[in-house]
Amino acid sequence: MSEAPESMTLKVRISLPESVAANDIVEVKTLVSHPMESGFRLNGMGEGIPRNILSRFFVTYRGEMIFETIFGPGVAANPYIAFSLRATESGEVRFLWEQQNGEVTEVVRQLAVL
Amino acid sequence: MSGLNVKRRKLLLAGMSGWLLQCLPVRLSAAENALIRSFYGDQTIVPSGITLKTPSLAENGNSVSLEVEAESPMTVMDYVTEIRLFAPQNPDPELALFRFGPGAGRARVSTRVRFANSQTITAVATMNDGRLHSGSSKTIITLAACVEPLL
Repeated sequence: MSEAPESMTLKVRISLPESVAANDIVEVKTLVSHPMESGFRLNGMGEGIPRNILSRFFVTYRGEMIFETIFGPGVAANPYIAFSLRATESGEVRFLWEQQNGEVTEVVRQLAVL
Repeated sequence: MSGLNVKRRKLLLAGMSGWLLQCLPVRLSAAENALIRSFYGDQTIVPSGITLKTPSLAENGNSVSLEVEAESPMTVMDYVTEIRLFAPQNPDPELALFRFGPGAGRARVSTRVRFANSQTITAVATMNDGRLHSGSSKTIITLAACVEPLL
């Protein structure tokens, strides 16, 4: 078991208001715990530290794609991403983070539109 | 008194020239242009309509705040499909790619990035009809990212 590829559960923080007025554009802020190891750094022994980054962040609102990030290694550790969303009707906002090893973390939030 | 006034005039002029420099569009080097052209070929890229904000001076390249916005009504008929960020002095110059649906309402992203060195970074936005727009911003780094060994 100790030889299994390292599995990391991502700690995610999302700031999304619970309710907004219709047609309001809200800023959604997200923060995820991840080292975003670029693969360009050396350890104390002069050996390269292997790359370990998030590959993708994908957001849908009421089933439609709103926003996506494809990460390069130049995104800072513990990626902070803020983007916009135009509220139309109450519904689900799904957030999905994918790591370079394919592991997926998904969070679903309800947005009430008044 | 007159001596003081001259100083004041000079100061004002100095201040104004700084402001003028800020207003001038950022010029890209041949290498920076070549990098962008490797993605977009010889398509026309209009150097306006993109607001790219990075600090002009950052002490540390490990985490630099960046904000980018492309002007667009963000309707189903007319919206920004993607914004690509280039950091030509980074070991991997492709910082990130952001994609948008019209439902985003605004093609704006804030994030934090790494700069291996002082550089001019460029954002290129693609509209749903294929039009391209770009904007650049210059940041001076006093302590670079990526180079320090991990102890």
